[in-house]
Amino acid sequence: MTASTVDQTPGRKSGFGGTLLTLLAWVIGITMFFPILWVVLTALKTEQTAFSMTPTFIFSPTLESFKSALAQGSGYWHYALNSVITALGSTLVGLALAIPAAYAMAFYPSKRTDFTLVWMVSTKFIPAVGVLIPVFLVYRSLGLLDTRLGLTMLFTSMNLPIMVWMVYSYFRDIPVDIVEAASIDGASTAQTMFRVILPLALPGLASTGLLALILAWNESFWSLTMTDYHAATLAVYTASFKSGEGLFWARLSAASVMTIAPIVVLGWFAQRQMVRGLTFGAVK
Amino acid sequence: MSAPPTNASPKRRAPTKRLMAPSVLFLLVWMIVPLAMTLYYSLQDYNLMMPDMRGFAGGLSYELLFTDPVFWDALLNTLLLVVTCLLITVVAGLALALLFNRTFVGRGIARTLAISPFFVMPVVTGLIWKYMLLDPVYGLFSWVMRSMGFEPIEWLSSYPLLSVVMMISWEWTPFALLILLTGLQSLPEDQLEAVRLDGANRWQEFRHIVLPHLGQVLYVVVMLESIFFLTSFAEIYATTSGGPGTATTNLPYYIYLGAFFQYDIGLSSAAAIGAVVLANICAIFLIRFVAGNLNAGSQR
Repeated sequence: MTASTVDQTPGRKSGFGGTLLTLLAWVIGITMFFPILWVVLTALKTEQTAFSMTPTFIFSPTLESFKSALAQGSGYWHYALNSVITALGSTLVGLALAIPAAYAMAFYPSKRTDFTLVWMVSTKFIPAVGVLIPVFLVYRSLGLLDTRLGLTMLFTSMNLPIMVWMVYSYFRDIPVDIVEAASIDGASTAQTMFRVILPLALPGLASTGLLALILAWNESFWSLTMTDYHAATLAVYTASFKSGEGLFWARLSAASVMTIAPIVVLGWFAQRQMVRGLTFGAVK
Repeated sequence: MSAPPTNASPKRRAPTKRLMAPSVLFLLVWMIVPLAMTLYYSLQDYNLMMPDMRGFAGGLSYELLFTDPVFWDALLNTLLLVVTCLLITVVAGLALALLFNRTFVGRGIARTLAISPFFVMPVVTGLIWKYMLLDPVYGLFSWVMRSMGFEPIEWLSSYPLLSVVMMISWEWTPFALLILLTGLQSLPEDQLEAVRLDGANRWQEFRHIVLPHLGQVLYVVVMLESIFFLTSFAEIYATTSGGPGTATTNLPYYIYLGAFFQYDIGLSSAAAIGAVVLANICAIFLIRFVAGNLNAGSQR
């Protein structure tokens, strides 16, 4: 396993050992993925086939479980809608807050903007449980418990440090001369930001949004503690299978697949952004 | 990070204060003020069941906390969880990163498969493991054990903490893999060539070139993962609910139980302050690292 960094360069033969390592990499990749595949397969079974002591690998697939998980009474759509609204909402609010801040930090850096950036990053490391109790009590007295607005704001606060950091790092890739040229031409800050910088940084902004969306969708702590029904997301919905209903494995699997599939697929496209965002540029 | 040094001398001042204010205010309101309130509550005698009997209690909550055996269980579980998950994910992640740093047929697909668990919602991870993999009768693991002629293991009741460790490691090994792989790909090729010309074997290459280069990346992975593992919640919530007994009650779960089931705001807040202190021990080093990078970037 120590041998693997070098095969693309000449000087080392990758004969039998190389084939073995390739095989190993594939076996591990498939093994890591297997639980996800297994849920997908279970979702395509009948309850009887799903719940058996000897697992069935070959069976005639049925969409029955998806139908029952999506049926009127199941509530899936209610939770899915909440997930979509809170994840999208927090991403948009986060971008609206992060873009101006990152703009100031990237194009007009000073001691103060550097300090502010580091301070913002540091708030990401306050564990959610550290603020759970006051947030709960304040939300309760303001009537924000179990509301989409309240949850959206919590998601935003969770992602804002990462978003400011990422937008900042994309802005830094844009030559500062462009901003200066625009300001010499008499463009205001807002004009420069919206007409010149944002179009240039659009791919970076999209990556930032994608990462925020993934993190908000998968967020479970605040959903489980702050919502009950009205604003409850798919995290709460799937968690409800932890007792009783867990016995319906095919339906549980179908619900799980519909909860994770969009994000796992988005995640495949966001691998690089993940590294950039979650490590705050410490790894390039 | 290609910003030229002229970055530091803008032609015209932009309203930087006004541009940053919304984000700063937002984080103040949602993070810093609540954090200060947690500290304040931790010094109060405050139970939601008896809202009238509220008052300043000094260090009483902390005294109660430190004499609560469940708190010490939770602290121990938290540390065990963090350390074992760190060991597993970093070692496995490094091995996998080295494995996936080679060029081979379908590397992109195999790597994508391997990192997919990281994008699975933690609650769903808990359910997949609890039922479909670890169920003592119907789970896949039990079937494998039986077909090999062994007694199936009742994972969640016999080895609850280990079960949670397995779930979290499955989710986070991809994260370590992804970051370490990114680090490996920025390995200076000329250095490798040089030692190879000197006749270094593969272990020497790894030991003297790859590992030192990866040092910083490993540091970042360890710190980030520590903070995330410290706050594990959903996997426990969805599977063991902290049990059996207190076997899988970690600090976040302890705080959750204290606040939402015993309504003890003072005690839970004191425990929350403990969690913040633990996270900060890791975070301080990490933030210093990020800040150092920032300065290095602006001097370039």
